[in-house]
Amino acid sequence: MRLLNNIAVFITLAVSYNLINGVCGQLHLGPNAFIALGAYTAALLTLPPAEKVANFLITPLFWPLSQITLPFPLALLAGGLVAAACGFLTGFPVFRVRGDYLAIVTLGFGEVVRVLANNLQGLTNGPLGLKGLYPYTNLWWSWGVAVATVACITALVNSGYGRALKAIREDETAARAMGLNAFRHLLLAYILSAFFFGVGGGLLAHLITTISPSLFTFFLTFNLLIIIVVGGLGSTTGAVLAAILFTAAGEWLRVVEEPQVLLGLHIPGIPGMRMVIFSLLLLLVIIYCRRGLLGSREFSWGSLNRFCRRLLKYDAS
Amino acid sequence: MMLLETRNLGRSFGGLLALDELNLKIPEQGLYGLIGPNGAGKTTVFNLLSGFLQPTRGGIFFNGVNLAGLPPEQVTLRGIARTFQNIRLFGELSVLDNVLVGCQGRSRAAWWQAALRCPGYLQEEREFVARSRALLEEVGLAAAAHDKAGQLPYGHQRRLEITRALATNPRLLLLDEPAAGLNPQETRELMDFLRAIHQEHGLTILVIEHNLRLVMGLCQHLTVLNHGLTIAAGPPAEVRRHPEVIRAYLGK
Repeated sequence: MRLLNNIAVFITLAVSYNLINGVCGQLHLGPNAFIALGAYTAALLTLPPAEKVANFLITPLFWPLSQITLPFPLALLAGGLVAAACGFLTGFPVFRVRGDYLAIVTLGFGEVVRVLANNLQGLTNGPLGLKGLYPYTNLWWSWGVAVATVACITALVNSGYGRALKAIREDETAARAMGLNAFRHLLLAYILSAFFFGVGGGLLAHLITTISPSLFTFFLTFNLLIIIVVGGLGSTTGAVLAAILFTAAGEWLRVVEEPQVLLGLHIPGIPGMRMVIFSLLLLLVIIYCRRGLLGSREFSWGSLNRFCRRLLKYDAS
Repeated sequence: MMLLETRNLGRSFGGLLALDELNLKIPEQGLYGLIGPNGAGKTTVFNLLSGFLQPTRGGIFFNGVNLAGLPPEQVTLRGIARTFQNIRLFGELSVLDNVLVGCQGRSRAAWWQAALRCPGYLQEEREFVARSRALLEEVGLAAAAHDKAGQLPYGHQRRLEITRALATNPRLLLLDEPAAGLNPQETRELMDFLRAIHQEHGLTILVIEHNLRLVMGLCQHLTVLNHGLTIAAGPPAEVRRHPEVIRAYLGK
């Protein structure tokens, strides 16, 4: 149950990350900031006033946020909108630069949000975080959002807009010479991905029911980056597949951290062993399929059809 | 009225004067050439005309409107398309998609209309695809429409880049060394191809070229640059005998 919810949330996050990072080719390293914004916004809006009083022990939450309680779907939407608004504001400085510089700027933005969350005692409750969120995120919500995100982003990527975004990734100078406003296109993709990060953050908050700034470090971004690189940059199908594998493997590989007897040898549990195996798997993927599991290929009914037919032909012969 | 006119156009990079006092006058449907030895400032002229560089002096009048200060995408939408000296295709995209991106700049559908497949967007997309296919048919690349652009043979890549520029629906086409890297046979084909699109589309073309045979055979009028200065201008036969030109190309 928990695992399935987790998978859905990570599909949402990975697919939106793939939009800006894989399709547009901009190395954006700040999704953790937008996820945090969405998570905090949604959490603050669903917590009932009594819980807020119990949570904010050091500095009380300022009015009117202390009194407002919204239903879960509206809170999720608000989380997405706050993240998108911040995407709009940060988009202007971010897209003045490209490449490594863009990575640094977005990385910095991720850190700024985390530091703010740690220090704005009256808004985020600082390092204590928010506890006692109602676990609204169920399979309906998490998978509903995941499917909606995938549908929306796939529709955009397969349209003329998506073609323009890919053209900008391939050669921004040439794309501008074709009359495309690269800044506007990139800003749009950036804001859209920020919106879905925000919604995903809201889901994540109501899944684990406790959030604190330490949850939204660069490590979260890094996990997403691994997912889309393993899946194949630019491939939505790859992002979905890798999100499933990554999240599931994270759970299954817990086994290796427990004490066990191997070939008569007693091995004490090694915390962190999971990550070692993970890194090894990642290395293998990068060595043996340099462009990720799927490269830039996508799933389509047509290709499935062709594949089945080839399989049948193979059987017949 | 001239379609393109530059008045005292100049550009310097720090202390280096890359281009000085350029006065081009290109009439509608002209086929003009810009030649000069390496480093003469030819590509700087193209970058200024297409908006990738801003002039430090003078103005660029296209159809009577000053374009100086406009970003490249705006310049393209006003009807000036260009190709690049080192081919810049969208390598991972298909040949058809490359041409479609050329149409895309004129798209009026908003992103959400595209994502929701609104009727207006679908109609526009059908038009774009039909136009792109017709263009590919015309230039003889229709058979390769679904190949990756980066995998085309070199000569076809040159041709595709010109086709993609045509897709933006330009009135003036700027070609930056279209014959670079082509063998004599391919160069002759390119000349025929350029003459054909010049006729068919009623285009005005400005070519930068090193291959003198190509420009002498193709252009009605040549402007010769050296060290950022215009040293000669006129019909090819006249320019060819100009003492300054001979000195610039062959030395004293």
